[in-house]
Formats: sequence, C-alpha cells, structure tokens
Amino acid sequence: MENRPLEYDYTVAKLFMYNAIFVGVAGMLAGVVLAWQMAFPQFNYILGVEFAEYTNFGRLRAIHTDSVIYGFVLSAVWSTWYYIGQRVLKVSMAESKFLMFVGKAHFWIYMAASIIIVIGLQLGITSSKEYSEFEWPIDLGIVVVWVLWGISIFGLIGIRREKSLYISIWYYIATFLAVAMLHIFNNAEIPTYLASGGIGNWYHSVSMYAGTNDALVQWWFGHNAVAFVLTTPIIAMSYYFLPKESGQAVYSYKLSLLAFWGLMFVYLWAGGHHLLFSTVPDWMQTMGSVFSVVLILPSWGSAVNMLLTMKGEWQQVAASPLIKFMVMASTFYMFSTLEGPIQAIKSVNALAHFTDWIVGHVHDGALGWVGFMVIAALFHMAPRMFKREIYSKSLMGMQFWIQTLGVILYFTSMWIAGITQGMMWRAHDEFGNLAYSFIDTVVVLHPYFIIRAVGGTLYLVGMVMFAYNMYKTMTSSRVVEEHELQNATPMGA
Amino acid sequence: MFHWLEKNPFFFAVTVFVVIAFAGLVEILPNFAQASRPIVGAKPYSTLELTGRWVYIKNNCNGCHSQLIRPFKSETDRYGHYSTSGEYAYDRPFLWGSKRTGPDLMRVGNYRTTDWHETHMKDPAAVVPGSIMPAYTWLFKNTADIDTAYAEQLTIQKFFAVPYNKELPMADGSKVTVALADTLEGARASALEEAKVVAADMKDQAVKDAVAAGQVPEIVALIAYLNRLK
Repeated sequence: MENRPLEYDYTVAKLFMYNAIFVGVAGMLAGVVLAWQMAFPQFNYILGVEFAEYTNFGRLRAIHTDSVIYGFVLSAVWSTWYYIGQRVLKVSMAESKFLMFVGKAHFWIYMAASIIIVIGLQLGITSSKEYSEFEWPIDLGIVVVWVLWGISIFGLIGIRREKSLYISIWYYIATFLAVAMLHIFNNAEIPTYLASGGIGNWYHSVSMYAGTNDALVQWWFGHNAVAFVLTTPIIAMSYYFLPKESGQAVYSYKLSLLAFWGLMFVYLWAGGHHLLFSTVPDWMQTMGSVFSVVLILPSWGSAVNMLLTMKGEWQQVAASPLIKFMVMASTFYMFSTLEGPIQAIKSVNALAHFTDWIVGHVHDGALGWVGFMVIAALFHMAPRMFKREIYSKSLMGMQFWIQTLGVILYFTSMWIAGITQGMMWRAHDEFGNLAYSFIDTVVVLHPYFIIRAVGGTLYLVGMVMFAYNMYKTMTSSRVVEEHELQNATPMGA
Repeated sequence: MFHWLEKNPFFFAVTVFVVIAFAGLVEILPNFAQASRPIVGAKPYSTLELTGRWVYIKNNCNGCHSQLIRPFKSETDRYGHYSTSGEYAYDRPFLWGSKRTGPDLMRVGNYRTTDWHETHMKDPAAVVPGSIMPAYTWLFKNTADIDTAYAEQLTIQKFFAVPYNKELPMADGSKVTVALADTLEGARASALEEAKVVAADMKDQAVKDAVAAGQVPEIVALIAYLNRLK
C-alpha cells in the first residue's frame, strides 16, 4: 500500500465533464438560433407563433449567455479543478470521504440550480442584470454552490502533500474569492414579498441600488465576471495543460508572478469602460479607460508565457491538434486582450459602444480563447479519466479548422457590422441633419448577420463533432496503459 | 515574499482578496450617496407604470434597446436631451442596456403614441419596413401582474424613502404627486383607472373588453410605461 503511486479519483471531475459537453452544445445551439433570428426574424417563431413568447430573441438571449458562461465554462472549470487540484496538491479525493461528499453535493446542487434557472429564464423571471439575471432564491442557491466549491478548494489544500501551491491553484483561489465578492454585492436586493407582508410573487425582488449606482455595481460585476469566470480559471487550465501536453516547462516563473498579481490588481478597475459617456462620474470613466489599456500587460504576460513555453517545440503544433487548440487559444487571448483595450479608449468607444463590434469582441474571446482552451482541457483529461485514447485524431483536427473558420467569420463580420452601424448613427448631411434613420442602419447589417450566423453554425458543428469524439473516447476507443499517459495524449486515427 | 505566500494558502488568499477588492473600494463607494439624488422633474413610477416596467424587463426589451442618451450631437438629434444621473434616481434596476439592435427608448414617450406602440407590437415590420423586431402578440393576451408591482412600491417606499404621496417639484414650476394606495385593492383600482386611459386610445377589441371587465393585459401596462419615458 505504502509504495503504490497515488490513485486519483475523478468521480466528480467526470460528472462536471459530462455537463460541460452537454451544455456546451445546447448553449451554443441557443446562440446559433439567436444569430439566425437577427438575420431572419421569422426564426423568432421557430416553434410557431403561439410559442413565440418562449422562443423569441429576448427570452433566448439570457439562456444562451448564462448557459454558455455558467453551464459550459463553469462546468469545465470545475471538471479541471477536480482533476488538477488533486494532481498538483498530490492528494486523492478518495482519501477524504468528507471532500468526496462535498464534491458530489457541489455538482448536484449546481445541477438543480441550473435546471431551475433555465426554466425561470424561459418564463421571463429575470432581474434584467446581464449575466446576473437570477432572482433572490437562485442567488442564495448560487452562494451555497460557491461555498461548497470553497470548502473543496481549501479542504483539498488543507490535506495536501505538496506544500507549494502551483500557479493554477493561485488562479482557482482568485476565481473563488472574486466571484464570491462580485456576486454578493451585485445581487444585494430586497425580496418584495417579505418586505410588503406577503403581496405579489414570492420570488420577486428589488435592487438595493438605483440608477447610476446600480449601473456602476452591475458593470463592476459584469466586467469582472468575464475576468474571473472566463479568464482566470482558463489561465489556470493553460498553465497546467500546455506544459503537461507538450512536456515543456512553463517558460518563466517570474513572468507568471507578474501576470498574476498584475491581473489581480488591474482587472477590477477596468469595469468603468462599459459606462463611458454615461452619467457615471467622469473620473471613473477615465480610470476605467486607462486601466483597460494597462490591462494589456498582465494579459499578454500570461499569453506570452504560454506561447514561449512552446519555444523550440513548434513542430508539436503541426503534429498535434490538441496543442493547436491551446496555442490558438493563447493567440486569441492576446488578440482579444488587445482589442478590448482599444475599444475602451474613449474616442473608439464613442463609435463602438452599443454596436455589434462589442458582440464580436466578446465572441473572439469566448469562442477563440475560452472555448478552445476548454476543449483542449477536456480532450487532455478524458484519456486520463477513462483510460482510453482519444477516439479520433483526424476528427479533432477537422473540428479545429472548422471552428477556427467559424470564429474568423464571426468576428470579422461583427467588426464590419459594428463600425458600419456606428458610422451611420453619427453621420450628418451637408445641412447638419442626421443622414440616416435608425432602420437604415439595421437593414444594412443584414449580410453581416448572415455571415455571423454561418460562423456560429460552423462553431456549433465543431462542438457536435467534439461531443461525438468525446462520447466515443469514453465508451469504445482503445484502452491505454498508464505509461502512455505521460505527456502527449494518445489518439486513435 | 511570493515564495512564502505560495506555501501559506491562508495568507495567499487574504492578499489576493485585498488586491482584488481595492479597486471597488476606491471607485464605487465615494460617489454612492451623490449619484442617487433625483433631479427636479424626476418622479417615482405609478403602480401601472411599474407593472409595465417589469413587462419590459420580463421580455428583455433592454437586451436590444438602450435607455442612455450619450452627450453627442448625433444622439441628441436622434433621441433628445442627453441623460443625466438624477433622472435615474427611481430606476431599480437601471435599464441602460448594452446593445442597440433597436433605437434608444429613454425619451420614447416624447415622440411615439399609444396607437403607434399597439400597431408596432403586433407587427413591427408593418410600421417600420425592414424591422427585425419580432411581434409581441402574447402581450395582448397575458394579464399584467399588478400585485407584485404594488409590493415593490411598498418596499421601496419603506426602505429607500421613495416619495409616494408627496408633492414633487417639476421643471416647469408645477407640483406633482404620485399616489400610492393604502391597500392592495386600492392599488388594483388605481392601476385599472390608469389602464382605462391607455385602453381608450387602443383599437384591439379584446384588450378594451378585458380592461372594461377589470383586467389589465400586459400590453396596456407596457404602453403606460413607454408613454411615461420622457
């Protein structure tokens, strides 16, 4: 017993992996429906006019954003946590019945909350705040889920054998703390049923903040939900999986220090860039703008650290579609974290705000960086969890190129759409009158909406290929020995 | 120092939290009291208007329409006076939006009528050729939730001292009082009175019949809210 290598227990990691794959496909399907609705409004009545209340753009939009962010990405984040956590701390979940129970409770309560959220959003139960639409009972449920994850993190750290915390663990801790803070402050609300002595809907609540303050807190949340759900845990993944898969050491420890602490300090300031030219005080807008530009440094720090980890080993990028996903993810991370600060410059923002360019920016980050890194992480973990090789390498390669094409179509069309619309909104004729009515600026976008919908559809096709490849990997591909699982992931043809 | 932190998870977590929380303290707190002061002319929502505001939210109108006019000539030409902070003092939540798939609605009450909204909600492209907005036909059938809006009014009056039943100064020097009923029955009755005013300008017979029978369809509440956006 004493001399046997540690057996890691992936029970919880597997549960989250199944959910990530399922919701990934479902959430992106919702996104594709939305994209086609913008190109052709009749898709709002996709199940008939009588069901349009539940299938129209407004209702589906939050289901798309929340399921992709909190369903697909967060499940993947937790799947990687229950995988990486054990490995870098050198303890097994099987060693603690308590932590195993917490892990399972974490998953099942999260699943229950997710189902209630989807039903609620479908019925139009929403607080209107983007990415935080949930009413107070769900907000409390989210606190429970989050606390369980916290117990899991610090419990596993508490019984660790490896005393020094690996870089990935830093980022998981940061994710946990920041989201806890953001969630609590942004959802400060009073249940009206309780406050009024039992009148109206029991789940309804009213925000503690009004108007400009409400906007400020919401975008402090909204911006940093992006930071701490869609960035820090994804960096945690890249610091673990890229060195593992490539067999290369992380390029620079000092750079990872600079990038981590820099990101922690700078990111929270930048929320103000969502509120430029609004009624938020000018100095906050300027701070938001300036810190957004500063944010390039820590963001590129991580991305460059990743890319230089591949130094001298670039032939692996050609050889392995899995490495391709990770390198492309880091590249899109650089791209997206340059584009964001550019949009945060006041004069650019005056043009870009409220247009599709912002939507394009979100998606080159979400699809190119987050999506690709998550896909790579799941591909890397599956053979180690199920002791089977990846079912098909060529299918993985095909998925990579289809999805890359999808992302490119998406963001290029949205660039053109956004800048076109922004320019048309501000255009004046020679007499100083507005040159275009609003509808002119909608009709002109039609072709770009179609291109975007095609791009999104391609990405979804890639997700279906991914789901199929993973399903076959879990169930029927070749069984592998432990020694095949050192670095490069074993793949079938 | 960093090596030491990496071996001491508790202090590591505390340090990370301090570094993260710092920006929020500096940026958000100082302005809090000042930014929520109402401007002269701002008034709280009536029961029906607030009901309509939640119909707006329920259908995610804010997903495609902003309520924030930026201080540019092109925006003030198109939508009216730029937004000021005090105008939003009674907005819980704020509805600025983040995307203009459709036009801004901050002052839509200045240039659209009940009749326009009614026709437009039934078939947007019939009023605005080329529109990609879907028809909102269910608003004509669903009954609005007056009770919850009233519960919210009681809540904000109690916790945030929102000035219902008080004289408020308007920009033109006049005074306005927004009434809040003492009882739920009173609130339903006053909402119905407001609804009758809106329904009088509408054409849909089913909606008129519903209001005459004491029901308030969602579309009536929504239009009451849109008409008040000025």
